Amino acid sequence: MVGRSLVETTWDVVVVGGGNAALCAAITAAEKGASVLILEGAPKPYRGGNSRHTRNFRCMHRGPLSVLTDTYEEEEYFQDLLVVTKGKTDEGLARMAIRESEACLPWMEAHGVRFQPSLSGTLSLSRTNAFFLGGGKALVNAYYNTAEDLGVRAVYEAQVVHVGLEDGRFTHVEVELGGETLRVEGKAVVLAAGGFQADIDWLARAWGPSARNFLIRGTPYNRGVVLKDLLDQGAESIGDPTQCHAVAIDGRAPKYDGGIATRIDCVPFSIVVNRDGQRFYDEGEDVWPKRYAIWGRLVAAQPDQMAYAIIDHKSIDLFMPTVFPPVKAETIEGLAQRLGLPAPALKETVEGFNRACREGTFHPTELDGLATEGVSPEKTNWARPLDTPPYYGYLLRPGVTFTYLGLKVDETARVTGQNGRYANIWAAGEIMAGNVLGEGYLAGFGMTIGTVFGRIAGREAADHVL
Amino acid sequence: MSSDAATPSLLQFAGDAEGEAALAEARRQIEICNACRYCEGFCAVFPAMTRQKAFSDGDMTQLANLCHNCRGCYYSCQYTAPHEFDLNVPGILAEVRQDSWSRCAWPAALGRVFHRHGVAVAAALVTGFAFLLLLIQSLRPEAGQGFYAFLSHNAMVAVFLPAFLLPLAALAVGLRRYWREVGGSPLRGRHLVAAFKDAAVLRNLDGGQGQGCNFEKGDRYSNERRFAHQATLYGFLLCFAATSVATLMHYLFDMPAPYGLFSLPKLLGLSGGLLLCLGTLRLAMLKARGERDLGAPRVWGGEMAFVLLLFFVSLSGLVLYAASGTAIGTGAVSWLLALHLGSVLAFFLLTPYSKMAHGFYRLAALAREAQQREAKP
Ligand code: SF4
Ligand code: SF4
Repeated sequence: MVGRSLVETTWDVVVVGGGNAALCAAITAAEKGASVLILEGAPKPYRGGNSRHTRNFRCMHRGPLSVLTDTYEEEEYFQDLLVVTKGKTDEGLARMAIRESEACLPWMEAHGVRFQPSLSGTLSLSRTNAFFLGGGKALVNAYYNTAEDLGVRAVYEAQVVHVGLEDGRFTHVEVELGGETLRVEGKAVVLAAGGFQADIDWLARAWGPSARNFLIRGTPYNRGVVLKDLLDQGAESIGDPTQCHAVAIDGRAPKYDGGIATRIDCVPFSIVVNRDGQRFYDEGEDVWPKRYAIWGRLVAAQPDQMAYAIIDHKSIDLFMPTVFPPVKAETIEGLAQRLGLPAPALKETVEGFNRACREGTFHPTELDGLATEGVSPEKTNWARPLDTPPYYGYLLRPGVTFTYLGLKVDETARVTGQNGRYANIWAAGEIMAGNVLGEGYLAGFGMTIGTVFGRIAGREAADHVL
Repeated sequence: MSSDAATPSLLQFAGDAEGEAALAEARRQIEICNACRYCEGFCAVFPAMTRQKAFSDGDMTQLANLCHNCRGCYYSCQYTAPHEFDLNVPGILAEVRQDSWSRCAWPAALGRVFHRHGVAVAAALVTGFAFLLLLIQSLRPEAGQGFYAFLSHNAMVAVFLPAFLLPLAALAVGLRRYWREVGGSPLRGRHLVAAFKDAAVLRNLDGGQGQGCNFEKGDRYSNERRFAHQATLYGFLLCFAATSVATLMHYLFDMPAPYGLFSLPKLLGLSGGLLLCLGTLRLAMLKARGERDLGAPRVWGGEMAFVLLLFFVSLSGLVLYAASGTAIGTGAVSWLLALHLGSVLAFFLLTPYSKMAHGFYRLAALAREAQQREAKP
């Protein structure tokens, strides 16, 4: 029934995907007068892809803007991006996205998004990142309502399995809906269907078999079906196909969709051991916001892709609460038992570590230089002996946030094929984020990419059609 | 607050397994929120939650009573069903809040009956009518002006003074129990001022930025419920003021009723009655539209009955006024008077055991929150 009304029309703009980038494109195109169809693969409660789990938008501003204080100029923003990507970015595209972000914020507000001052525990982002009131799902809801008011048609559980091309032109999509495969025709298409991180088989092929033990922090619906279909048809790719962004998260989190609440911030105040009760890296190398990303890889390299962060009572109030209560015991042996670790090995590790701790001033919020002496690996900051029961333990696993492989686009978000740019195919969001984010991650930058390129794609697609 | 395991249970559930299960479930959900915090901007519950890592039973009671059921944190939550975290914070806090009112009510058995059962509220109402009717028929005074021609001033006072004071005494016991449960410290004037300020504008139902709540329009915001509630609240207060002014005029200035249209009691009473009538009608309509599972479904009937009772109080008062001003027979007026006074009586007596109690516990929760904010901003 739903299907019939979709196939009877030739839509001006078909938007594949239903997250932030898709919605920005749909709204922009609809405001220009185009008839717009959103095909969201997820069921309605899970609509919005990974945007559901986001919380802020990194925004350039030359003066105070909405909830943002002070200034955050293009150059500083770009340097921040260079640091995390180690130069793996397209400077032209990146700078364009950064400059455009300033105009995005008022546009977002005008389309229903509400901002709030930075959340407790995120003071460091109050100048650079504008937080959404209620988080990413509130933003997604606001955009769907705006889109609905503009007459955009949104269909859920509509998985696009193929994008039809003829001589470098998009003609139709094949979409699975209610057990049927339908052919939906359109004059232009915006691809905003995310990366492939939820396809564990693909992840395992790209990264290695250990990826099967990774947790996926975001939506289970980003399986890269559209990305793969386009690449198979000769679209140009960008970004390292073997890499994904992974952080260390609570090992008890659900396989998919655990989101922000599963993060664990205690590592700098802990010792982290592997399955065999052995430490393997300097837990105090730097402040946590600068280190959580490398711990995803570190844990991924350990046996069974698991590790255990262990603290004592002194540290329990020094970090954000965790989604599940920690495992707790009065003795190290007791804790080892509860965590399923070899007790003698853990005891030895803790005793060795404790002996290596020195006197000094402990300062939880800055690099305090309180380092170990004579233990390997050393801990270079916040090294205090674990000697005050109760002891607490957290299981860590790698949690995948997104993948880098994507479609190559130009500054108008148009997708590039073997013979140059396609006539009527645009891409926005995670499916093309690799163009500007070749490595690492910058908090809130995913939403910047989605919003900037989503709006451009929507505008260009509508202009092409109308 | 120590972050160690939750302090031992302060509450006597007396085998109330359901209540304990709700508390445990609420704690599970709040711990997830405390690790997430996306909803910090909606209301006072989230900033209050972030002051601790572990939640005692008293903490949960306090958070539940601070929640105004705006539902913003439901529609914005990325962890609602079918997600395995299965969050429904407004729903579970409504359950815990409801349990706390039943538990604190004195006597508690009455709380359990009237909160839940609309039928019980209706029965109380009918009993109120019957009682008043009987009174009017058996005690019809020889002489008297206006309504006092049907029921003497002294008889009215004899019925309504205890009907007003006894529930207040019962409420006071309940509030004391509440205060001990949440570990409140001695109350200062500034805490009450803060509480009244919040309640005056229903700050915790404004969505944090004045856009309103998500009560009846799903994930779209709306201020309708907030406005309907405030019409009800201020309408009620105006009616209450009218009665108070009339009492003062009667005793202090020897100016007994009836009063003319442009007298203070009538102006206050009429405007209050109208506001109350419209406010409660709107509240009932909105309640019919809102999703029941985001409140406490088991008390939906009791809540609805209470709103309708309040609507009936105001409507019967207005009709009575209109009728007494015209030449309708005294028979009709005596019936209307019995209906109105009977409903007022039922309303007064049910106050500690019905939704009406929420206002008092809310104020207590807001005052406690002001205390805690002071201690740890
Ligand atoms: S209700 Fe959901 S989104 Fe809001 S704070 Fe709790 S877990 Fe986070
Ligand atoms: S329902 Fe509204 S008032 Fe209650 S906790 Fe959620 S956001 Fe706060």
